[in-house]
Formats: sequence, C-alpha cells, structure tokens
Amino acid sequence: MKSLLSGNEAVARGAWEAGCIVATAYPGTPSTEILENISKYPEINSEWSVNEKVALEVAAGASFAGARALVAMKHVGLNVAADPFFTMGYSGVTGGLVIVSADDPGMWSSQNEQDNRHYGRHAKVPVLEPADSNEAKIFTRIGFEISEKYDTPVLLRLTTRICHSSCLVDLGQRKETDIKGYVKDMKKRLVLPAHARVLHTIVEERLKKIAAYSELFRYNKIERGDKTLGIITSGVSYQYAKEVFPDASFLKLSLTYPLPEKSIRKFAKQVRRIIVVEEGDPILETEIKAMGIRVTGKEKIPLCGELTTRVLRDSFFKVRKSRKKEGRIPPRPPVLCPGCPHRGFFYIVNKLKLVATGDIGCYTLGALPPLNAMDTCVCMGASVTNAQGLEKALGKDFSKKLVAVLGDSTFFHSGITGLVNAVYNKGNLNLIILDNFTTAMTGHQPHPGTGKLARGEQGKRIPPEEIARGCGVELVRVVNPNDLKATEEAIKEALAYDGVAVLIFRRPCALLVKPRTPYRIDPELCNGCRLCLHIGCPAISLISPRGREKPLAVVDEALCVGCGLCVQLCQRDAIVLTEKSDA
Amino acid sequence: MPKKIANTTNIVICGVGGQGIILASDVLCQAAFLEGFDVKKSEVHGMAQRGGSVITHVRFGKKIYSPLIEEGTSDFVLAFEKLEALRYAHYLKKSGRIIVDNREISPMSVLVGQADYPANIDRELEKSGKTDFVDATTVAVELGNMRVVNILLLGVLSKYLDFKRESWEESVRKNIKEKFVELNITAFNKGQTS
Ligand SMILES: Cc1ncc(C[n+]2csc(CCOP(=O)(O)OP(=O)(O)O)c2C)c(N)n1
Repeated sequence: MKSLLSGNEAVARGAWEAGCIVATAYPGTPSTEILENISKYPEINSEWSVNEKVALEVAAGASFAGARALVAMKHVGLNVAADPFFTMGYSGVTGGLVIVSADDPGMWSSQNEQDNRHYGRHAKVPVLEPADSNEAKIFTRIGFEISEKYDTPVLLRLTTRICHSSCLVDLGQRKETDIKGYVKDMKKRLVLPAHARVLHTIVEERLKKIAAYSELFRYNKIERGDKTLGIITSGVSYQYAKEVFPDASFLKLSLTYPLPEKSIRKFAKQVRRIIVVEEGDPILETEIKAMGIRVTGKEKIPLCGELTTRVLRDSFFKVRKSRKKEGRIPPRPPVLCPGCPHRGFFYIVNKLKLVATGDIGCYTLGALPPLNAMDTCVCMGASVTNAQGLEKALGKDFSKKLVAVLGDSTFFHSGITGLVNAVYNKGNLNLIILDNFTTAMTGHQPHPGTGKLARGEQGKRIPPEEIARGCGVELVRVVNPNDLKATEEAIKEALAYDGVAVLIFRRPCALLVKPRTPYRIDPELCNGCRLCLHIGCPAISLISPRGREKPLAVVDEALCVGCGLCVQLCQRDAIVLTEKSDA
Repeated sequence: MPKKIANTTNIVICGVGGQGIILASDVLCQAAFLEGFDVKKSEVHGMAQRGGSVITHVRFGKKIYSPLIEEGTSDFVLAFEKLEALRYAHYLKKSGRIIVDNREISPMSVLVGQADYPANIDRELEKSGKTDFVDATTVAVELGNMRVVNILLLGVLSKYLDFKRESWEESVRKNIKEKFVELNITAFNKGQTS
C-alpha cells in the first residue's frame, strides 16, 4: 500500500516498522513531527525530553538495554547533544541507535545553516542521506541494521525539504525486535581513558568495514546516462539535479560517510566531466578531490542558502532574469499573534528602554518593530548567561536596566543552569520567564511546566517558580502580562532589587484559548493618536477615511481575540467591546 | 523545458500563516494521488507560520523529482490574499492562471503606516497572468465559517483540473474532521460553480 507521507512522517513510520522500542526528541523545526508521529504508535515508548542532550542520553540508555532507539532533533540540537554523541561514537551500541538530525538550509526557522554531515565525520559515525520520504522510511530501518551490524550509532541526516516535503511511500508492517537485555560491559560503556584508547582503534577498524559495505550498498547507485557528464550528488540535491541535467549519468550517494571510494573512482572513469551537486558545504566535493579526481562544485554552486532547481540551473546556464517583484512588495515577516501574552511584557521593555538579552521562541518576535524590545539572540538559554556577562563587564549599575528574557520551554531546556550560575556567582540577574504553558514556536508541544507527556497522559508538573526558589532566588513573582500596570511594577521591582530576581509572566498561548468578545474603536472618540499601534497588534490598523481630518484606528473584529491590551493604552476610552457576545 | 517534466502540473498555494494553506495542499495532493499521479508537495512550518508569508508547492504528473516548483513554470498560483499572490506571481508560467481570494490583509509595516499596500494590485496581478478574483472569504462568512475558504478555493481550482468528483470528495473526507465535512463540501461546490 502507498500513502502520501512527509519525510518526518516517513521516519516515524520507518522507526515503527523497524521495531523501534524507545524514541526521544526535543522539538525543533524542521524535525518536530518525527516524534509527534512516533508517539501515535503504542508499541514505541516515546517522550519529549527536556533538551537534546537529555534526549540522546535517554536513547543511548535504551540502546545499552539492547532495545532499538531513535532520537530526533533539529541541526542545532546536535550541538547541545554533541557531548554524548561523540562518546557514543566510541562506545557503540547494543540495540540499534539512530540519531536524526534535521538541517535547515535557507534558515526557514533557524539561526544558522550548519551542515551536520560534518558531525558524522567528526564523531566517526556513519551518515545516511535520504532524497525523499520513501528513502527516509527505508533508511530509518537500514540505519538500525547498520547500527547493530557495525556496533555504531547512525546519523540520519535530513533537511527541511526532506522533512516537510511529501511523496508516495510504500508502507510495510512492523517487525518486532527483541530487547536483548542489559549485560554489564564496562570496556564498552565505561568510557574512561584506558577503555577509550582501545575503543578508538576499534572505531577506525569499524569505519573501514563500513566503507567496504558502502561500496556494495544498493542505495549508492549509478544511473547510466550521457557519458560526457557525470553528476555526483546526495539527499534532496539529487532531485534538483535530475531536473537540471536530465540526461547526465548519476552517482547518487546515500551512505555518504564513509564514502565508497572505489565506486566513485569507477564512476569517474565512465564519464568525461563530473559535477558534484550538493547543498551546503563542499563535503563530498572535498573528499572526492582528495581522491585526486577532478570535479566541479562549489566554485559554481552557491555555498549559502537553499539549493533549488532554479539556483542550480542558474549556476551552469544562462537563465532568464527572475521576474520576482522584490522591493515593491511590502514584506510580511511573522508577527506575534493577536492576543499573544508576550506582547504586554515587550511593550513595557520598550517603554522603559531596557536592554533585553533574548532567546529563541515565538517571543523572539518581540525584537521586531514596533516593539523593538530584544537585543540579543544567540542560542537556547543564552539570554540568562549573556546578561551575566554584560553585568560582569559593565558592573552592577548596568543590571539596573537589563533583563534576560526566555520562554518556559526554553527555561527548562537550558535556562536552569544559567540561573544557578547567577545565584552562585552573586549576580544581579533579572530573569523573565514568559510562561505560556507550551512550546508555541514549534507547534505546541508539552514540557515539564505543563505536566503533559508526549502521548497525552498526565505527568508531574514542575512550576518554574518552584525551581527558582529551589535555586535560592528570593524575589520570585508570578504576574499576568496582560495587566500592563502590574507588569511595569513587577519589572521595576526586579530592577531595583539587589540579587537575582525571577519574574514569571504567566498566561496561556492565545492559540490555545477560546477567543473572547472582540473590541472595536469608537470613531467618535478616536483622535488618531496612534498610541494603540505601539503594541504591534495585527488586528489594529490606521485608516484615513475620506472627509476625516485625522486618521482613525480600527480593529479587525475577525482577528481580535479580546485580550484588552490596547484598551489599557487608549487615553480617550475609545476602545470598547463589540455588542456581539459569544458567551 | 525538458520534455520529461513537460506534463507535470505545478500549483503554488500561498497566503498568510494560519489561513489553512497546509490543509488545502493536503486535500489537493490526496486528490491528485487518487487520480493516480505521482505527487510531491513541499511546505514550511515553524517560524514562518506566525502570520507571515507562506508558500506551499504542489506538483503532480507521471514522475516528479523536485519537491519545489521552479520560477516561471507554475500552472496555477492559488492565493488566499492579494499581496501574497503578487509576491509569488513570478512562479507563474506565461499561460498560467492566478486564482485569488478578493481579500487584502495588511502586513505590520502597512498597519503602522511605514509602507503602502500596492494601489492597483488587481491590475498588477492581471499583468502577471489570467486572474480569477474570487469572493472566497465573503462566501465563507455567509456559509458561517471563515475556515472553509481553503476548500472553496480548491473548488475554483477544480474547474481547471480534470479530476473526478469522487477524488475530491474522498480527499476532503480523509483530511477534514467528520463534523465539518458537509460544510466543506458545500464550500467546494460554491467554488466550483462560481
Ligand atoms: C537547541 C535548539 N533546540 C530547539 C530549537 C527550536 N526551538 C526554537 S524556540 C523553541 C522553544 C520555544 O518555546 P518557549 O521557550 O516556550 O517559547 P514560545 O515559543 O512558547 O514563546 C524551540 C524548541 C532551537 N532553536 N535550538
């Protein structure tokens, strides 16, 4: 049977068919739907872990027990999980261990476009690169097989256009696997220097064996075509190359580390000229050049940004200039939703002209105009610690106008260690946790602050305020961010306080609650002063009706969810409830 | 255009994040699949969905490689908003057709008065290709649910695609919660007869 699946759905299906027993992940675009879909299979014990390092370590523990385990994350998640990743490369596995990294060329939803194929080479872990959903499913199963056969974790490397593209996938049935059971093996799992020295030599031998396997691997395949041009490619780049060079000969690589050197040499002899088509860094290209084979690659194909058929065609042929109407069309960047509980806090930060070290989540949109209320965004958790560095360098006075801002999911992910650091090192951190009871940015996954688990059941809820008190913070406040006066007062109290203060602005994500009665603006009372525009609500706009001297603010009642933030700004009480009541 | 992909149908679906664009592309793909085509679709999730500009690529035919539509090769641009139709109009091929909801949603820069919504946008669109302006939101509101705009627009598209009625209906049933199926089929019919 065939079904239309996205790459992420296909990985989930592949894990299920392969008899995977444990699955873990921390959400992150474009990887999130992998665990969302795996958690629908009752046979797989799945969890949202607190961060990627935790997720990988839990999966590694399951592998120690002899169970097949999968862990999924976005590309930058592997930075967080890099420590256990490298050591698992030495330690190897008992139950198959597949580590899924979803890279984001083009940075649709990320802060960089790192190419995680480097990680495979760096940690000496084999890398599989599917070119569509069907391969994503098959390679997940093959990943487990390679993992167990060669005693190694396997990196399944996806990209946005694999994760979030759909195509027809052949569905199979689940093959149950045995849990081999836990057997103590210190030489393998207690990775001390003495053991690691032995393991390293094993790893090098293992790579030679996998390279030999790579030569015979049926998905490293030659497609014979025109002999004047050979294309070497992998992943989604294959699809673009097939459209730009439909008649060429192809060597489509799928197990891209370690590379099948003999097959590459054989292919090179069959064709007159070779182009390496790869998105991101010149990884295949560099290795193939090191074999002494002449190829064309990144001198023609851009290093930066997403590869597309158009970009590839443009690299080799004269194409008609794009008819894209850039410049004349106002851009439409993402915005905080109408009624977003993050908005009130950012309005006050802007009003008080504070410096705000920021973090990653929906709330990063508070950096955009008209709020302009965030100064930095480095990586998850860095808001907390960047603020401490600013204070260390500039002194305590600076912390009187400095706040560190992060979301609830981000706090659990990597904010807690920074908080402990501030208390321990006698900082004057003003930590703001924007607690909307969810991981909103990635599509509303639960986290410890919600107490809900991946499969919907109730777990234990861990309130961030209790963590703060447990860390030794004495000034802890929970505030409603839709009350602007209370928000401003709380922030001023924290700024004035000597020592670490934690403010939790708590209100559920606007997308998770029923909209209330919308507001409208009384045209008799509105004097067009624009004050209500300062909160950047997409439901409010300014119009200039004919015959009216001053502009008029209007509320789009279809968008307004009745949060009432704008009402608190209007000096003329012009913003009033619509008659229409949904109660 | 190489012969091999000449018989592919390309459809760009675009609009503002949160308008039900992904669901529209799911229904379209499923219908194309039921018609026996090879199908590919590519969309964006996450950050881009928060009220931002959103584009989804749908392709079907005998054999599809790239999940992305190349500029200047799209048979249709199905747009949920006029500015978004214009933003992605360069995907359209010469003989292509734009189907657009008669709706204007101002981006933040326009709301706060820093930029203007293009004045003669209807004419600009018509310069890019044949354009069907559809009062999809208006009709959807009359039907009692804004959310059916997406299926209504698919109804309009269905006039130009040679799919069997059953394929569309089965796809709607597969992708939409049971209690909304009838409403959505009504919306589809409204679009098809518009
Ligand atoms: C290491 C890492 N993992 C995952 C992500 C993806 N990601 C971006 S923001 C975010 C969490 C946002 O949740 P929260 O902090 O609760 O803020 P909200 O979006 O709800 O406002 C995640 C998971 C990332 N950017 N970096």
